[in-house]
Amino acid sequence: MHKGVARGTRFRPFIGSLFWALTPLYATVLALLVGAVMLLLLGVNPLQAYSAMVSGAFGSSNALADTLVKATPLLFVGLGICIAFRGGVLNIGGEGQLVAGAVAATAVALSLSHWPGWAIIPLCLTVGFLAGAIWGGIAGVLKAYLNVNEILSTIMLNMIAVQGMNFLLRGPLMDPMQVEAGSFIPQTARFSVTTDLPRLVPTRLHAGTALAVLLAVLVYIFLWRTTIGYRIRAVGLNPDASRAAGINVERYMMLSLILGGALAGLGGAVQVLGLHHRMFTDGSATGFTGGAGFNGIVAALFGKLHPLGTIPASILFGALIVGANQMQRAVQVPSSFITALNGLVVVFVVGSDILSRRRARRAVGQA
Amino acid sequence: MRGIVKRFPGVLANDRIDFDVRAGEIHALLGENGAGKTTLMNILYGLYRPDQGQILLNGRAVAIHSPADAIRLGIGMIHQHFMLVPTLSVAENVALGLPSSRGFLLDLDVVTRRIRELSNVYGLRVDPTAMVWQLAVGEQQRVEILKALYRGADLLILDEPTAVLTPQEVRELFATLRRMAGEGHSLIFISHKLHEVLSISDRVTVLRDGRVVKTLPTSEATREELARLMVGREVLLRVERSPVELGDVRLSLKDLWAHGDKGVPALRGVTLAVRAGEILGIAGVSGNGQRELAEVIAGLRTPSQGQVEIDGMDTTGWSPERLLKHGLAYIPEERMRDGVVRDFSVEENLILKDHVDRPFASGIFMNFGTIASYADRLIENFDIRTPSRDAPLKNLSGGNIQKIVLARELSREPRVLVAAQPTRGVDISATEYIHQRLIAQRAKGTATLLISEDLDEILNLSDRIAVMYEGQIVGVVDQREATVEQLGLMMAGAHKV
Ligand SMILES: Nc1ncnc2c1ncn2[C@@H]1O[C@H](COP(=O)(O)OP(=O)(O)OP(=O)(O)O)[C@@H](O)[C@H]1O
Ligand SMILES: [Mg+2]
Repeated sequence: MHKGVARGTRFRPFIGSLFWALTPLYATVLALLVGAVMLLLLGVNPLQAYSAMVSGAFGSSNALADTLVKATPLLFVGLGICIAFRGGVLNIGGEGQLVAGAVAATAVALSLSHWPGWAIIPLCLTVGFLAGAIWGGIAGVLKAYLNVNEILSTIMLNMIAVQGMNFLLRGPLMDPMQVEAGSFIPQTARFSVTTDLPRLVPTRLHAGTALAVLLAVLVYIFLWRTTIGYRIRAVGLNPDASRAAGINVERYMMLSLILGGALAGLGGAVQVLGLHHRMFTDGSATGFTGGAGFNGIVAALFGKLHPLGTIPASILFGALIVGANQMQRAVQVPSSFITALNGLVVVFVVGSDILSRRRARRAVGQA
Repeated sequence: MRGIVKRFPGVLANDRIDFDVRAGEIHALLGENGAGKTTLMNILYGLYRPDQGQILLNGRAVAIHSPADAIRLGIGMIHQHFMLVPTLSVAENVALGLPSSRGFLLDLDVVTRRIRELSNVYGLRVDPTAMVWQLAVGEQQRVEILKALYRGADLLILDEPTAVLTPQEVRELFATLRRMAGEGHSLIFISHKLHEVLSISDRVTVLRDGRVVKTLPTSEATREELARLMVGREVLLRVERSPVELGDVRLSLKDLWAHGDKGVPALRGVTLAVRAGEILGIAGVSGNGQRELAEVIAGLRTPSQGQVEIDGMDTTGWSPERLLKHGLAYIPEERMRDGVVRDFSVEENLILKDHVDRPFASGIFMNFGTIASYADRLIENFDIRTPSRDAPLKNLSGGNIQKIVLARELSREPRVLVAAQPTRGVDISATEYIHQRLIAQRAKGTATLLISEDLDEILNLSDRIAVMYEGQIVGVVDQREATVEQLGLMMAGAHKV
């Protein structure tokens, strides 16, 4: 064998794969270019619009903090998606799991308001984690023991969670002040300040963001360094061989739904403790979640279902959301344009993923 | 083909290969697993692009960028895994992707007529109206050949066509190939079985490590010579089996019944016993219940009646996990589906059954150092050709993937071993090695159930031979008294004679 030849050419494929690893980024740029055309049609200067967007997302420490705050729930949900999708289950239940975690944490925060922070905060986070685990676990049990498709069950569970939230926020959990004043806005009272997650710097940035990043590292270790992670990945890649190798396939699919739900539920608890300090609803799921349950899926795919890749992907989406709002204010485009821009990015990213996968298959013959 | 070079990351799969085929010739391509045969043929068929070198067709340099180019130039290829659409009929499969003689309307009647003509000329028995999913493997292969002929192939590549065939089907295939050569077609024939190569080909080219070792007329070749050229040393074509003291019954099957995937009974009252230190061969044409038998023992299929006992314990209905802890090793027939995880690395596949146990894990954490040295040891011991232990398994050649399954299963020091087609698609030196390992395992007291369609393998390794036919054992014979003729008759359903 010509070892020298092989060594000499090793560098090229590396650059090549680096180039292709960044496809989601190119896709985003392309989506923004298409958005620019739309802006021109709306009679808006795209340069002005996008510069408003960039400065809105990164222009000041407050802007940067807002971007990171928006990225946080995406990262929690995205990490859960990494586990679930790697385990071969398509968990679409991020919304419901976020809500379940948030409601559970809210109930605890309101009823134990006299507890000190060092006790109440970990308790609320744990309860949110468990509530998400249960919400994901229901779909897991249905899949493992009754062979119910998890896409359907998680979507149904989203609806149930939202209606449960609406009921609680209009009833038992509603702010007593609201009831007294007769305004009946469906939201809780502000939690006791003992439940507030610490601020990291004097902005809206809270400790939940740091927790999410820490968790990304832990999820990475979990998936690639532990026997449980190994089994989850094996089951996701080849259930038949896993079964023959003595792995209880159903149990590990269930586990990946439980863990995926738990991380999203924890994200819900972090939202109420770190950001809103109360819970509220506008009747739909997105009123509280801001669509993080779905955008988290896209962020995870954007990060190639890798926990560490999901960090920059979530930040990018957070920036997109924050920046777009700023742009809307600065250049007065209709809010539906912002929704359209978000959709464009999703379509381009998912499309580029399909393309680069197909190329990878062909590249085998050309490398 | 002139000076063909093809590199994959970390491997030089083809190294300046010169290779030519004449009109009307059957040219055999021989080489160990990973020697580069499939790669070279994929280049000829336009699936891969060579890094260097050129392809000449009838003296003219041609560029083949895709299978479509290859087909246009009259090159056809029968892959080891067939590419037919199961839910369509034979005629529909043949016509698939071709322009119809009636524009947008189907011309299946024309296709059907032409298929009948071609089958007559070449002796390819196929019913054009049959549905592909109903066909046996051998019939599907005939459809593939027809498909290539229908597209006007002058040069036909057959990548290990006999690996999946019964001896009878191999004879029929060879008759067809001879007729095709007689009509002036050129054929490239890949096989690991030397007697096939010697009986069918006109010339042989031997590859080793991506290079041509030698091209010679088959009339000047012998089995020993070819084996030596392929492997680079003398090969024992037969393993020595010293007598082994038989122990207690390790595996016992009692009146076992089970359904197949289509819901009809596939096992109809199988009763067998295998003792420690014994290899019991199961001979039979595939599809007579062998797969179901293996799956029932491995805990992957629930029997409808009867009992499995391992070491005197009733293990019927046990989970695969419990069975493998109890000392059962299983080499599945469908290794890509049941044996390995394609997208895992070589190393991850080697510990698929042991990753939770010491020393590979402490608590829930995996010990990568131990795993790495274990993987390196198996790669070395089993001569697995891979760029590294971290390489994705899917990049390995077929035979090397099988070696990974074997390495994993045999290293677990099993008390009972179920081996289904353990050397299918595996080269001779690896086959030799695998046979030696199975015999060594026997000497250590493992009870082995060897399921194989290869009668030579069965006769070579087994102490006793059971023949399966339509879900039943038609007879059990001692290896010393068994003959190929007698086994052949029994495989066709005749009771022990
Ligand atoms: N797509 C690929 N990517 C990387 N390496 C590859 C790829 N395909 C083949 N190889 C490597 O190239 C070498 C030659 O493989 P090839 O499949 O041509 O062998 P082969 O002679 O057909 O073997 P077998 O008898 O086992 O089928 C092997 O080392 C294999 O690991
Ligand atoms: Mg091959």
